[in-house]
Amino acid sequence: MIDQFPVIIVLSPMFGALLVGLFGARNHSVCFPVAIGALTISLIGAVVTAKRVFTTGPVDYFLGGWDAGKIVEGVEIPLGFGIQLRVDHLNALLLVVIAIAVLLVSIFAIRRQSEQDTEKTHYFYALFLMLSTGLFGMTITADAFNLFVLVEVSSLTSYGLIAMGSSPRGTHAAFNYVIMGTVGASFYLLGVGYLYMKTGTLNMIAIHDILHMNNEVGNAIFDSRSITVAFILILIGMWIKMAFFPLHGWLPNAYSYCPSSTSCVLAPLMTKVSVYVMIRMMVTVFGLDWVFQHFDWSNVVVWLAVIAILAGSAFALAQNQLKKMLCYLIVAEVGYMVGGAWVADSGRWGLTGSLYHILADALMTLCLFLTAGILTRRAGVKNLTDLDGMFKKMPLTMTGFIVGALGMIGVPPTCGFFSKFYLIRGGIDSGHWEFVVALLISSLVNAVLFFRIFEIAFFGKKPAEGHGHHHDEDDTAADAIVPTEPGLRSLAPLWITAALIVALGLMNGSVVEFIRQTPGLILESPVKAN
Amino acid sequence: MREFIENFVQPHFNYWAYVIIMMIGLWALIAKRNLIKKLIGMSIFQTAIILFYVSLGVKDGATIPIAPHHVAGDHADAHDSEHAESHDDHKAHPKPVADDYSNPLPHVLMLTAIVVGVATLGVALAVSQSLFKDFGTLEEDEILEQIKSGDYYD
Repeated sequence: MIDQFPVIIVLSPMFGALLVGLFGARNHSVCFPVAIGALTISLIGAVVTAKRVFTTGPVDYFLGGWDAGKIVEGVEIPLGFGIQLRVDHLNALLLVVIAIAVLLVSIFAIRRQSEQDTEKTHYFYALFLMLSTGLFGMTITADAFNLFVLVEVSSLTSYGLIAMGSSPRGTHAAFNYVIMGTVGASFYLLGVGYLYMKTGTLNMIAIHDILHMNNEVGNAIFDSRSITVAFILILIGMWIKMAFFPLHGWLPNAYSYCPSSTSCVLAPLMTKVSVYVMIRMMVTVFGLDWVFQHFDWSNVVVWLAVIAILAGSAFALAQNQLKKMLCYLIVAEVGYMVGGAWVADSGRWGLTGSLYHILADALMTLCLFLTAGILTRRAGVKNLTDLDGMFKKMPLTMTGFIVGALGMIGVPPTCGFFSKFYLIRGGIDSGHWEFVVALLISSLVNAVLFFRIFEIAFFGKKPAEGHGHHHDEDDTAADAIVPTEPGLRSLAPLWITAALIVALGLMNGSVVEFIRQTPGLILESPVKAN
Repeated sequence: MREFIENFVQPHFNYWAYVIIMMIGLWALIAKRNLIKKLIGMSIFQTAIILFYVSLGVKDGATIPIAPHHVAGDHADAHDSEHAESHDDHKAHPKPVADDYSNPLPHVLMLTAIVVGVATLGVALAVSQSLFKDFGTLEEDEILEQIKSGDYYD
């Protein structure tokens, strides 16, 4: 049973989606227990598998019994016959974080879904579970083509989820996302085609072995221009998927005009998993020595990341709408992760920081979007000014928001501080000072953004007049909705996320130590520092 | 020019073909303002990649990857032909050689990619139908104008 857990993580939400699709239309009360049950099984599977990785090292699983090295009728099965699933130090914790996030959002979504038109409830849960399948699959698979299929599974469901909202602008954003997302996935597919052309296999580890073979043929492939083309195509495809700055156009509208339960799951997970795929390609498929020594474009990419960070922060500063502002912060955060992955310091601290930041940013974004969802629903908040005096009206919700905001700024006990610490260490070690400066500027911008919100929410729009006493009278002009605290089913996910942000920050030492055991992350013979 | 064509275009004509088709699709995606025309461009773009994969499996002088009856023994299935050299129990008949058959794997992969493409097109058409209901038009410019005019702030 324990051996089967890697595949159960992926299959459980898929069968859940089938059940919801079959029975949910007649009886909406089926949807919620099935979704929670399926995602709980995934969470258990992810935790158990992560524990196995912690004790015994990477876990490999071959679908259909096509285990590499197994002897069937006198013939040894070579690597790359069956589809391989692989859980190692790179993705074990990400799987756990994804499982926690989707479970929390599915709990958060109940009230919301039952309040809105109930005709769509089972569609929402079916798509939501398929999206979880896609995200788990993208994270766990070790087969380059399988990864393409799962990218499309998660993308197609997210197009549907975004277009499901009542806002016509959301539908328009979904259409743009369909176009951009398909182009991104097609570029990835093209890159995999070039890889297959040169290596004759689709298994990530087998591709790596063939690229790094130490004979004449292997070296010819290692130096081949087709491999460079494949890498660039895959990189561009993934950059579109993760909304890396010049290619980010689809993200802000798509995530800010969709229903809040949708934005809560897409905003934290979709971009992060795409960043993870890029790092997986760099570490496991092409190998870091190929990426940084043979094909060294790290300077260019770090500068692109610097531009992404600064542009994302500047756009965020210009926004009046809460959700739009958070969306542009995601664009800046993607810059952090790409830059960290490419600084190429010899100790790999940048890459470590970037992997740690994937986990940290998923939780922080989840926290902020959950708050934004609650505020939109319960208090009709759309613009930043609508937050006027919100600390008095909804203190329980705003407590969660403070934790998420402090994480984004990077205040010590939260994980946001430690990820920035590792990223900056990577930047200093590699001499990429521009990256360090961009990180610090971005932290300052985040501080300005969130303290502006704190100011509005604590003291009101007109601080000279108020001092926090006269707000109850000022409210009459505001929206018809009277802000009230949401139920426990909305608050519990928020607080759990807030607690996890602090917990991940406190445990940063052991988490980073775990991540750094990834095979191939740190070279056996360290290159001399620049 | 003639030298360029002989040395660079002719031996790689499949790549030239797919790149040209792909660029036609990309141009339609970017330049066309009608949503349905954009979707047609998207399909052309995806089809170009399918053509690229299909051309990967081709070998000079090879035939379709179905093993003739006398070599298709107990173990040598059609998809096994590449690795059929390892089967030693067919000494009576000539062993199938991988070079004689085109590579079926890219073709199989493209079956999946075609399904994915159809699904994407289906979702995109559904979204554009919903856009037509909301805005009453499929022209991108008119939709953007309506959004800018402020009717759809939410």
